[in-house]
Amino acid sequence: MIRLEDVSVTFNAGSALETRALRSLQLTIAAGEFVTVIGSNGAGKSTLLNLIAGETESDSGHILIDGSDVSGWSTARRSALVARVFQDPISGSCDNLTLEENLALASSRGARRGFRRAINRERQRLFQQKISELGLGLDSRLNDRMGQLSGGQRQAVSLVMATINPMKILLLDEHTAALDPKTAAFVMALTERIVRELSQTTLMVTHSMRQALDHGDRTLMLHEGRVVLDVAGRERSHMQVEELLHLFEQVRGQQLDDDQLLLD
Amino acid sequence: MSLIALLGAIEAGLLFGLVALGVFISFRILDFPDLTVDGSLPLGAATAATLIVSGIDPYLATLTAMAAGASAGLITALLHVRLGILHLLASILTMISLHSINLRVMGKPNQALLGEATVFTPFEGAGLPAYWLIPLFLLLLLAAVVWLVDRFLTSEIGLGMRATGANPRMAAAQGIETGRMKMLGIALSNGLVGLAGALFAQIQGGADITMGVGVIVVGLAAVILGETLFSTRTMLFAAIGCIVGSIVYRLAIAFALNAGFLGLQAQDLKLITAVLVVIAMSLPALRRQWRRTQRR
Repeated sequence: MIRLEDVSVTFNAGSALETRALRSLQLTIAAGEFVTVIGSNGAGKSTLLNLIAGETESDSGHILIDGSDVSGWSTARRSALVARVFQDPISGSCDNLTLEENLALASSRGARRGFRRAINRERQRLFQQKISELGLGLDSRLNDRMGQLSGGQRQAVSLVMATINPMKILLLDEHTAALDPKTAAFVMALTERIVRELSQTTLMVTHSMRQALDHGDRTLMLHEGRVVLDVAGRERSHMQVEELLHLFEQVRGQQLDDDQLLLD
Repeated sequence: MSLIALLGAIEAGLLFGLVALGVFISFRILDFPDLTVDGSLPLGAATAATLIVSGIDPYLATLTAMAAGASAGLITALLHVRLGILHLLASILTMISLHSINLRVMGKPNQALLGEATVFTPFEGAGLPAYWLIPLFLLLLLAAVVWLVDRFLTSEIGLGMRATGANPRMAAAQGIETGRMKMLGIALSNGLVGLAGALFAQIQGGADITMGVGVIVVGLAAVILGETLFSTRTMLFAAIGCIVGSIVYRLAIAFALNAGFLGLQAQDLKLITAVLVVIAMSLPALRRQWRRTQRR
């Protein structure tokens, strides 16, 4: 479970470039819930993920994961609770390490690393099984360097890396945005399968309204650092992309009106 | 070239193979351009020589020299990780301050080791002349060090260190404390260089404040030559490559100095070094250009 209590993030505070990325955000995500997050550029989607992962510090408020306050924990420390797939396939893995070395790195997440060999028979068997489940024909390529894989393959492997040693929370940061439509659909189907199999608490940021409604149990719309829409259940299952788009424009329009009011 | 000159070149190659391994860990594994080595090599030499002269067991003195080198590396890493000083600058700061520290350690610009017992003394009874004994000793030592380096870099911690150098953001997301990894790696790297310095002093009969000049270039030349001539497919091959590169580098210099028709002398050593590094570094680019012209 994730709880954000009154969390604010401001970039470049006190300067002309001051940006309030998140404003007094209140959010509770139940264990096992799969939440999709949409919003325009600068709405605070990435900041939200960075905040949970520990790459961004909040100015105020608390972040609780399963009841423990993780505000102030380093990214490395939080990695014992949070796993993540980045937007850019290159960010999520190491080019010059082999597939099995990348998987070994992920397998040790949340555990104490020692002088044991990073790769052993038992792990190799597990990696082999996980990689063949992808059905991408990578079975014989565990010793190839990650850099030799295509973007889609890398993203699929990144997903395996994020879930091989399941953490409390899975963060997906527009993880299909850099892929061609066919590969994106494959990675999304894979995501759906893995998240459901593990009943993994998941927060997925996406640019695609279609993706936001088709996957997960609940959809959040962020705008200017606030949650402006939070739908789940029947309301959400009946919602069409057009409706969402309409709401989205309404919110943006309202914001414009607000600004005009201020100017008057 | 005589047999003694050949063995001498191999001996120097093996000794600087330790430096190459250190440079490999900082430059290649951690992507941390560390110039501390120019100071940690003479620090190792000065520490070992001073301790041996004051009656300490040469093995203990050598281990202490290694620890001294490691602490120098740790300081560079701390300057970078904790105080946010650019890695290159942090290493230069440590390097120049080591010049003063090395003078303090010896109390003078050099420390001779005439007639003192060294780490080689226990083996002198075996009947081998020094020009065979020392390279053999170094060969065995390096085999052990290469094995240890490979074993370390393929361990969970070592893999974390490799990820830290290759993709720090991903490493942190996988739970690796990247700052600590840099401290450990740079300390390890300079520990190896300190060991090289301690052995160097015991081989050449003393420590000298100037013996560190250009060590980084020699180490880097060995690493690059090793990568060019040898596979880097696994950590073991890459580590062996460092040693091979270092030996090839020394042999190339020995041949250049011995080739009478070139008219080169000992004073041209630094120039030859620079030229060799340029050749080694440009080989991959030259190869690409050659392939391109072949295609036309």
